[in-house]
Order: sequence, then structure tokens, then C-alpha cells
Amino acid sequence: MTFAAGDDVVVSSREHTGHHRTPGYLKGRRGTALRAHDAFRNPETRAYGSDGLPKERLYLVSFALPGGDRVLADIFEHWLETAA
Amino acid sequence: MTRAVHDRGGWPTDAPIDRREHDLADWELLMDALENALEARGVMNTDEMRRGIESMPLQEYESVSYYERWLFTTETILEEKGVLLPGELDERVSS
Repeated sequence: MTFAAGDDVVVSSREHTGHHRTPGYLKGRRGTALRAHDAFRNPETRAYGSDGLPKERLYLVSFALPGGDRVLADIFEHWLETAA
Repeated sequence: MTRAVHDRGGWPTDAPIDRREHDLADWELLMDALENALEARGVMNTDEMRRGIESMPLQEYESVSYYERWLFTTETILEEKGVLLPGELDERVSS
């Protein structure tokens, strides 16, 4: 699934016991994709000695906070789902 | 949801953030240099290094400093890859 700027997304809350870069406090949270940075080697396989290919697209995602602040985080595409 | 030792964002706490600056000890600078050299030579990569830190037992993770975690993971990954024998560092240090 490729996301466009402005798409509403939800961070997957699936269990994953190995190395991954998706922070727990964002799992299950709804946000907005702001842009795709680029595609990078996958840290989830690279952490175990592989070359990390194929590359995975990494998005800048914005999460709204009460009071108008927001959290910006980089989330890999395979951790993002389309918001219902 | 299971969260590993390093995955701490959003943990409730009343503790203040320690914003004091501190000088790095010589061994900490060397630890940083060693890590970068190992990565530049393709011996280990950043993701392996992070994975090693995340594998630390909670109590140990909590009780050691930033670069002590780097030392832990470097020894762990180098042993895993057979660059170091298990216990080799301890043996050299104590001899």
C-alpha cells in the first residue's frame, strides 16, 4: 500500500517481538501521512545479518495531540494501514 | 502489547528530565570510535547494534549508562559472529 500526502493512516498494533523501529506509544494511533522520505533497507531483517532488501518506504507521519500540538514520527510503510 | 526495554516513549513518570551536560570519559569516546570503525568495515551494522541493546535484561538496561549499553551490544554481536570467543574479553581484561 502506497500512501499519498494527506492520507489518514493508522499504525499497526500487531505483535512483533523482534527488532523494529515503530514506537509502542504510536501503535494503534491514527495520523496523517505528510510525505514519503525515501525507501530504506529494512531494519527488521538487517538487524539479524541480512542485507535488509527489499527496501521499505519510510513516511513522515503527523499525530495530533490535544491542545493543537502534534507528534511527528518516521514510520515504515509496512507498519501503516489505511484509516477507516 | 509487548514492549521491549528500550521502547519507553509515553511511559508515565513524575521524574524530571536530567538536562545536565556531562563530559565523556576517554573510554566512552573510544567506544564510539570502535563502533564506527566496526560499521565502516562492515563487521556489524547499526540495526544489529540496536537489536543487541534491546536484548538486554530490563534490570541491566536500567542500571547501566548509554555507552555501557554500546559495550554490551558490541560484545554480544561480535560473539554472535564469532569475532570474539565467549568470555574472551573478560579473560583478556583479567589477565
